[in-house]
Amino acid sequence: MLKPALHDPAVLPRLALTLLALLLLWPGLTLSELNLAVLFDEQNASNMGRFLADFWPLAHDREFLQLLGQATLETLAIATAGMALALLIAIPGALLASRALSLSAVHRGGRPAWWAQALRWPVRGLLIVLRSVPEIVWALLFVRAVGLGPTAGVLAIAITYSGMLGKVYAEIFESVDPRPSRALLVAGSPRLAAFAYGVLPGAAAEMLSYTVYRWECAIRASVVMGFVGAGGLGQQIDLSMRMFAGGEVASMLLTFLALVLLADQISRLLRTRLL
Amino acid sequence: MSVSLSGVGLTHANGQVALSGIDLQVGSGERLAIIGPSGAGKTSLLRLLASNLQPSSGQLSLLDQDPWQLGARQRQQLRARIGLIHQAPPLPPRQRVVTAVLAGKLGQWSLGKSLLSLLHPVDMPGAQATLARLDLADKLFERCDQLSGGQLQRVGIARVLYQAPELILADEPVSAMDPVLAGHTLSVLNEEASRRGMTLLASLHAVELALAHFPRIIGVREGRIVFDLPPASISAAQLEALYANEQLQPLPASPATVQTSLQIPRC
Repeated sequence: MLKPALHDPAVLPRLALTLLALLLLWPGLTLSELNLAVLFDEQNASNMGRFLADFWPLAHDREFLQLLGQATLETLAIATAGMALALLIAIPGALLASRALSLSAVHRGGRPAWWAQALRWPVRGLLIVLRSVPEIVWALLFVRAVGLGPTAGVLAIAITYSGMLGKVYAEIFESVDPRPSRALLVAGSPRLAAFAYGVLPGAAAEMLSYTVYRWECAIRASVVMGFVGAGGLGQQIDLSMRMFAGGEVASMLLTFLALVLLADQISRLLRTRLL
Repeated sequence: MSVSLSGVGLTHANGQVALSGIDLQVGSGERLAIIGPSGAGKTSLLRLLASNLQPSSGQLSLLDQDPWQLGARQRQQLRARIGLIHQAPPLPPRQRVVTAVLAGKLGQWSLGKSLLSLLHPVDMPGAQATLARLDLADKLFERCDQLSGGQLQRVGIARVLYQAPELILADEPVSAMDPVLAGHTLSVLNEEASRRGMTLLASLHAVELALAHFPRIIGVREGRIVFDLPPASISAAQLEALYANEQLQPLPASPATVQTSLQIPRC
């Protein structure tokens, strides 16, 4: 038997957390009405089979490929332009919301003064509002405002993604080693310079990888938004599905796979070469 | 007067008393060493002087200004005139040495110049000259994570020398170096400080180095200043009393080992 002095003080909280997780899992399963049996139902299986059988052969006639190429470029353009606009809001938002550059934290052992924390809350709130409404809702709204087409997709991605990027950037800034930036602040450096010299070297790799991943998500999102008329590949998939042209849908899904692969390779290249 | 403390006390957030009743006057251009056992409050004292900690009582004046009476902007301007050398220099592992050294001037440069320097170092000759004083000129474009502990400490010293502050605070600046290099680096630091008229306060574990390089020695124990004397007038009995440790279990070896263990640089 161990001496009482050697008890791990973290045992009780950990046990409580494990029990809580198990307790929360059960109502989650019942509320979502998850029932795997429907997948094995005869009728449903044959329905799905017929849907999938249409996917072969792939559509590859000249006219369709031209259309596909144009739609792919449009999707890439929507995702890239949306991300660029999102970064314009996300980076200042993250700098304002993050505790990493707090001047009052420097002499208070890393805890900012309460009024400084209170000033960060409105920015955090703005980022929450921006990302809490799904991009598809924004897209529906903008399709009504600016009409059918890619502009609605770009605006919808810019708004939702600025909230996500801002939140995650702020958390990345807070998770890197705070000592380099604090040492710079104590040596009289302005906050933005302390960020560039103290936080950025540690945060750049993670920021880059998250940004490229979000760009990949933006490509996917632009497809979903295409279903509501915001342009790109999604609009084409929607049309093909309505015309029961399974081969065209399959070709477009393959293009999609290629795009995600491309994003993955870009991320890997940037991370190994630039950093 | 560079530093003026009267009755300064420091209590940490957890209620632990780090410093109490510190009275200290350091004139401009003076050089002094702070010695004392581990946990005596040497680092707390230096962080207090770097305005990295706020005193809980007493009067503090740095370069004739009280940092805690100033607004945030003026305090940053005052901080740019004070340089703190850390025991383990907090440098981002991916940063290049040249960037880490040039970062010393961030408090004096405009933001535009600082950001430009990140794209292309604006003062490579200056950084190289400073590093050359510390025999590191060949490491200019290495990354910080490729340096040893002793080299990293010298990069930290180079950054503060490049900052050219009026008051240098050094927290165990040579603890990761071998005795010969430690002595050499301390003499470079002292030479630069006296040549440019900077005030230098250094905490040191190696008593021999402190006695050999500094004209004024302060002994700190349990958060208080025990003595403040020139090295010639410090007696062996005073040193023994400063480092006496009742909590340590006596070693089987002779008591003379206490004296020798002080010379071993801490890593």
